[in-house]
Amino acid sequence: MQELVTISTLNGVLYGMLLFLMASGLTLIFSMMGVLNFAHASFYMLGAFFGFQIGQIVGFWPAFIIAPVLVGGIGALVERYALRHVHRHGPVAELLFTFGLAFIIEELVQMVWGKGPADYRVPASLDYPAFTIFSTNYPAYKMFELLTAVAIFVVLFVVLKRTRIGLIIQASITHAPMVAMLGHNVPRVFMLVFGVGTGLAAVAGVIAGPALVTQSNMAAALGPILFVVVVVGGLGSLAGAFVASLLIGLVQTFAVSVNLSVADVLGRIGVAPPTGGALFDVWNVTVAEIAPIMPYLLLVLILILRPTGLMGTREH
Amino acid sequence: MPARRGAGSPGAAAAFAGLAAPWIALALLFTVLPMIFASGSALTMLSLMGIMIVFALSYNMLLGETGLLSFGHAVYYGLGGFLTVHAMNTVIHDHLPVPLPLMPVVGAFGGLLFGVIFGAVSTRRAGTAFAMISLGLGELVASSSLILRGFFGGEEGVTTNRTKLLRVFGLNFAPQIEVYYLIAAWCLLAMLAMYALRRTPFGRMCNAVRENAERAQFVGYNPTMVRFIAFSLAGLFAGVAGALAAINFELVNSASVGAEQSGVVLLAAYIGGVGNFIGPVIGAVLVTWLRVMLSDLTDVWQLYFGLLFIGVVVFAPNGIAGLVMRHEPLWQARAYGAMLRLALAYLIALGPALLLLAGLIVVIEMSYHLSVKASEGPTISVFHLTLDTTSVWPWLGTAVLVVGGYLLFRRTWPIVDAAWHNALVAAQGAGKAK
Repeated sequence: MQELVTISTLNGVLYGMLLFLMASGLTLIFSMMGVLNFAHASFYMLGAFFGFQIGQIVGFWPAFIIAPVLVGGIGALVERYALRHVHRHGPVAELLFTFGLAFIIEELVQMVWGKGPADYRVPASLDYPAFTIFSTNYPAYKMFELLTAVAIFVVLFVVLKRTRIGLIIQASITHAPMVAMLGHNVPRVFMLVFGVGTGLAAVAGVIAGPALVTQSNMAAALGPILFVVVVVGGLGSLAGAFVASLLIGLVQTFAVSVNLSVADVLGRIGVAPPTGGALFDVWNVTVAEIAPIMPYLLLVLILILRPTGLMGTREH
Repeated sequence: MPARRGAGSPGAAAAFAGLAAPWIALALLFTVLPMIFASGSALTMLSLMGIMIVFALSYNMLLGETGLLSFGHAVYYGLGGFLTVHAMNTVIHDHLPVPLPLMPVVGAFGGLLFGVIFGAVSTRRAGTAFAMISLGLGELVASSSLILRGFFGGEEGVTTNRTKLLRVFGLNFAPQIEVYYLIAAWCLLAMLAMYALRRTPFGRMCNAVRENAERAQFVGYNPTMVRFIAFSLAGLFAGVAGALAAINFELVNSASVGAEQSGVVLLAAYIGGVGNFIGPVIGAVLVTWLRVMLSDLTDVWQLYFGLLFIGVVVFAPNGIAGLVMRHEPLWQARAYGAMLRLALAYLIALGPALLLLAGLIVVIEMSYHLSVKASEGPTISVFHLTLDTTSVWPWLGTAVLVVGGYLLFRRTWPIVDAAWHNALVAAQGAGKAK
C-alpha cells in the first residue's frame, strides 16, 4: 500500500510536471496574445518526432538541444507570418487557424513518419534504475525527466522575474500598447514568447517521447487534457495552471490503481446493483476504467462549483 | 392615419408569396434532384448531403447566430442517433404502431435533452473558455461510449433495421430513394424551422449577445439564458440530423459522437460561411461531395481538407457565402457591365492560380509517395501523367510551376483590385442615377 502510494505520487507529480511544461507555454501565449494555441499539443508532437529523427543522426543529447530550438523556430515563423495576419479577423478566426494548423501538422507527421509508433528509445546513458523503493526499481530516465522539468521552471521563473526581457514580457502581457510607446518592439516580443512557448512544448515532447509512445495521434490524445488543465486552473493564470496540472496528474495516476466501482462501495452497505439496462454499466464500472476521463469529470465539477477556474479572474 | 392592411388584402398575399417562393422552389428542387442524378451512389451522396445540411445549420445556430464556437457538437448528433436506434429497436421488438417518418422526433427530443443537460454546464462561460469546455465534454462523451457498453454498444455500436417498422402508404423504406425523400422532407422542415427561429425576437437577441453581451444585458436580457436556450435548440436540430443518419446507415457507433465528426461539421459550416443562412448549406454540400470524391482520388485527402480550411480562415473568413455576398452591392446597383469586367479580371487571375495549385498538388503527392509508399515503386500517376519521384526532373518542373505560378498570380492582383475599384465606382454611380 505504501509502495503504491509512493510510486503513484512520484509518477503523478512527473505527469503533472510534463503537463505544466506544456500548459505554461500555452498560458503565457494566451495571456499575452489572447489566442489559445490549439496547435500547442501538435508542437509537443513535433518535438518528439524531431527529437527521434535528429537523435537517429546525432544521438539523444544533441537532439535534446536542437529539436526544441528547431520547433521553437517554426513556432516563431508561424506567429510572424500567419497568426499576425489572421489576428485582424478576430479571436474566432485565430482559434480556428490554430485548429486547422493542428490538423495539418498531424497530417504532415502521418505523411512523413507513418501512422505507427516511432522507435524512440531511452538513451543508454540513462537506461538504469535510479533507486529502489519498497522493492520497485524507479528508472533513472524518469528522474531525468523530473529534474529537467524543474530546471526549466527555475530558469523560466528567473528569466521572467529577474531579467530585463522578463520585465518587458510581463509588461507586454497587460499593457502592450504602452510598452510599444516606450520604444520596445512589441511584435518581436510576441514572436519570442510564441517561439519560447512552443519550444517548451517541444522539450516536453523530446523528454516524454521515449517514455510514452511517440505516434502521430499523440497530439490528439494529450490536447484535450491540456485544455482541461488550462480551464480548470483558470485561463491566463500561471499558478492556476501549475496547481491544475499537478491535480490532474495525481488524480489520473492514482485513479488507475483503484479498482473500486459504485457497486462495490454500495455493496458493503447492502444496496444491490441493477441487473440490466443502461445504468448497469455505471454501477459496475471501476475507477480504474474511467481513469482516462477523470480530467473531464473534474472539468464538469469545476464548472459547476467555480466556473472561472481555480485561480481564474472574472471574465472580461 | 394610414389604413392597416387586412390579412385578406392583395398586398399581404403578394408579400406572403414572395416569402414562400424560395421555399417552394427548394421543395421542388429536392423532389427533382434524384430524377437528374439517379444512380445509386448519387442517391447516397444526396442523402448524406441532406443530413449534413441539417447538422451544419444546427451548428450555425451556435457559431453564426450566437457566437459560440463549439468543438463538441457531434455529441448531440450522436446521442440523438443513439436514442433513435434504441427507440427503433424497441418499436420493432414490441410491435408498436409507430412509422419510420416519425422517428426523427425521438432524435430531436434526445438532442434537446442532452443539450439542456450539458448546456447548463457549458454555457456558464463564453468565448474561448466555452470552446475548450465543449472540447472537454465531447471527449468525455466519446470516451464514455467505450465504457458504457449497454447504451453505446461498445466498439461495434448499435444496429437496427428500418424496414421493420409500421408501413405507411405501402412504403417500407428499403430502397435508398424512399430514404432520400424522407431525409429531404425532414431537411426542409428543419431548414424552415431554423430560418424562422432566426427571425424571431429570440433569434435577434442571439445576434445581440454575439455582438456585445454586456450591452444585451443592459437591454434586459440575460446572456447566459439566451446562450443556454440557443445551445439547447442547436442540440435539438443536431439530434434530428443524428436520427436521420441513424435511419440512413442503420448503425450508430462511438464515431458519431467523436472529435472527428465535430471537426467535420465545424469545417462544413465555416467553409460555407457562418454569417449567412445559406452558408452552411453550401459548406455541407461541398464538404460532403469532397469527402466522397477526394478519398477516391488520393490518400492524403485529409491534408487537402486541412489546407482548404486554413485557406478559408486566412483569406476568406466569411466563407464561400461571404465571398459571394461581397458582390451584393454590385448586384443591387445593377452594375452589370462592371460585374462582367470584374468576372473577366477573376478569369485572368484564375489561370496562374490553377498553375500554382497544380504544382502544390504534385509536390504533396510526390512527397507522400516517397515517404510512405516508396516500396511500391518510384512512379506515380498525377493528372494522367506518370512521374518518376526519384528523378530530379519532376521536382524541378514542379518547383518552376509553384514559383512561376505564384509570381504570375501576384501580378494579376492589381488587375483584380482595379476591376473592383471600377465596379464599386460604377455601382455608386448607378445608385445615384436612380
